[in-house]
Amino acid sequence: MTPALETRGLVKRFGGLTATDDVTFRLEPGARHALIGPNGAGKTTFINLLTGVLAPTSGQILLEGEDVTRLRPELRVQRGLARTFQINQLFAAMTPLETIGLAVSERMGGGRDWWRVIGSKREILDEIVEIADRFRLTDVLGERTANLAYGKQRLLEIAVAFACKPRVLLLDEPAAGVPEAERHELLATVAALPREVSVLLIEHDMDLVFSFAERISVLVNGALFTEGTVEEVSTDPRVRAVYLGESVDE
Amino acid sequence: MMANASPSSLTVEKAAALLGRRARWRWAEVLFWVVAAATLFLWPERHLILNEIAIIGLFAVSLDLILGYAGIVSLGHAAFFGLGAYVAGLFAKHVTGDPLVGLAAAGLVAGILGFATSFLVLRGADLTRLMVTLGVALVLGELANQMSWLTGGADGLQGIMMGPVLGLFEFDIFGTVAYAYSLSVLFGLFVVARMIVNSPFGLSLRSIRDNPLRARGIGIPVNRRLVAIYTVAAVYAGIAGGLLAQTTQFVSLDVLAFHRSADVMLVLVIGGVGYLYGGLVGAVIFKVLQDVLSAMTPQYWQFWIGLILVLLVLAGRERMTDRILGLWRRLTGRSAKAVDATRASTPVPEVQP
Repeated sequence: MTPALETRGLVKRFGGLTATDDVTFRLEPGARHALIGPNGAGKTTFINLLTGVLAPTSGQILLEGEDVTRLRPELRVQRGLARTFQINQLFAAMTPLETIGLAVSERMGGGRDWWRVIGSKREILDEIVEIADRFRLTDVLGERTANLAYGKQRLLEIAVAFACKPRVLLLDEPAAGVPEAERHELLATVAALPREVSVLLIEHDMDLVFSFAERISVLVNGALFTEGTVEEVSTDPRVRAVYLGESVDE
Repeated sequence: MMANASPSSLTVEKAAALLGRRARWRWAEVLFWVVAAATLFLWPERHLILNEIAIIGLFAVSLDLILGYAGIVSLGHAAFFGLGAYVAGLFAKHVTGDPLVGLAAAGLVAGILGFATSFLVLRGADLTRLMVTLGVALVLGELANQMSWLTGGADGLQGIMMGPVLGLFEFDIFGTVAYAYSLSVLFGLFVVARMIVNSPFGLSLRSIRDNPLRARGIGIPVNRRLVAIYTVAAVYAGIAGGLLAQTTQFVSLDVLAFHRSADVMLVLVIGGVGYLYGGLVGAVIFKVLQDVLSAMTPQYWQFWIGLILVLLVLAGRERMTDRILGLWRRLTGRSAKAVDATRASTPVPEVQP
């Protein structure tokens, strides 16, 4: 089967530093896949390459079998690759309603309409309401994003990406900084993401990784260190060594 | 848990109402335009200055479209204003004296320059944009100065003869027709601008202003949107300049001068950025202040304008409103302590700008 997302020999160098080192990676359709690695392992660079914020030094990126290596970020989104951000990247002065509505309307090709009042298309409204419900934002739809509780902002962060109707969703530490009381709600919505969306989770939090992921890839010094099922990776002594900061015998 | 597949129509209605909230005409807005129209009949001796206010107001609305809605700072918006003025003047001299056709030409040419220079402001941060816009205006100003065979150079473009508006209304020396003409154009373009900012396109501009990284992240072609609004704003500024040339029947190098760009920024700061009326309110305040202050102290009025600007920016409009709200709370019995307590108990995390 064609992978949802694939990289072939992906390399990114910043001067003398190799941030991504020959990464060949497959995300299967419908996957619940986690990418872990110690700080500075190159997880963020890898995501930026996938989404098109950075251009790779060499290698290929394929989205559902099509080469998107040189495609602009917004076009990758339109092809079905969306991401969330580790640090909230929201529109502070807008409401969740406007934010989700914007993403939906852009996806439906209505973003250029300058003559129409926002909220005048029924199919967009229906979808906004559905997404708000899924991500438990219904009660705060009309509030200013900057005033939302942090947990709600994290939910909105995912909801916006989801509103792009991605077939591949990259979740960058979705639970980072969420207080314990709001954590459950967030994890439940992540767990309830529809199966037709393939998810790559970039995470530090091992509890979340083990509860959510079916496969795990470990990135160390920019290179894929190992990959396997949760069982395999969690019992791998070398992975433990990396996480405990001990030297690894090659 | 997620079985709620068909959302209740009540919520959809509510969402539609919330989204459309900004787009609804408020009574204050209607009142504003009724008053503006009423001055046509009630205040004939002030039509010359009112005409100027309408023109500066339109120019400020143009700047608000890019600054307030798309977050593009400009110190050279006079480039489009001035170009529009010269095009309208030359058009009347050499092609036809019909005001509306001339105005369309002014907007068109300014729009072409706006489109061409928009690619310069796409990249780079605010400082780059300030310098690039300033540079474009300086280049245009010097060109107009050097090409005196066309523009009249330092003597200005003279001998502009305007035909009647719509073939019916001749411009008069009291400025009544001029004001009616400028106000009508202003109103028409304002309604369009209002439509733009309340549309999905306008919403996408606000999202770009707030967070261009995320705007790209949801599939918005950021650069194209910025090019589009910069071009529209240039058209608006060109038409404002065209109105000035037509209603005063004179164009001088002053239309491209740096102080034009600075003044329009000042107007917008006085009136408030990002709600369209800021430009209009600012234009009224600016012109009235200029009028009153220059009557009192003809040589030093800029001192007062400058002082007001410094106070306005230092104190900050939002902080001033906060103060007034705080005072109101204290007067109505809610102690500041209680307010602080509620603030401390609810974590207000920083959203990345």
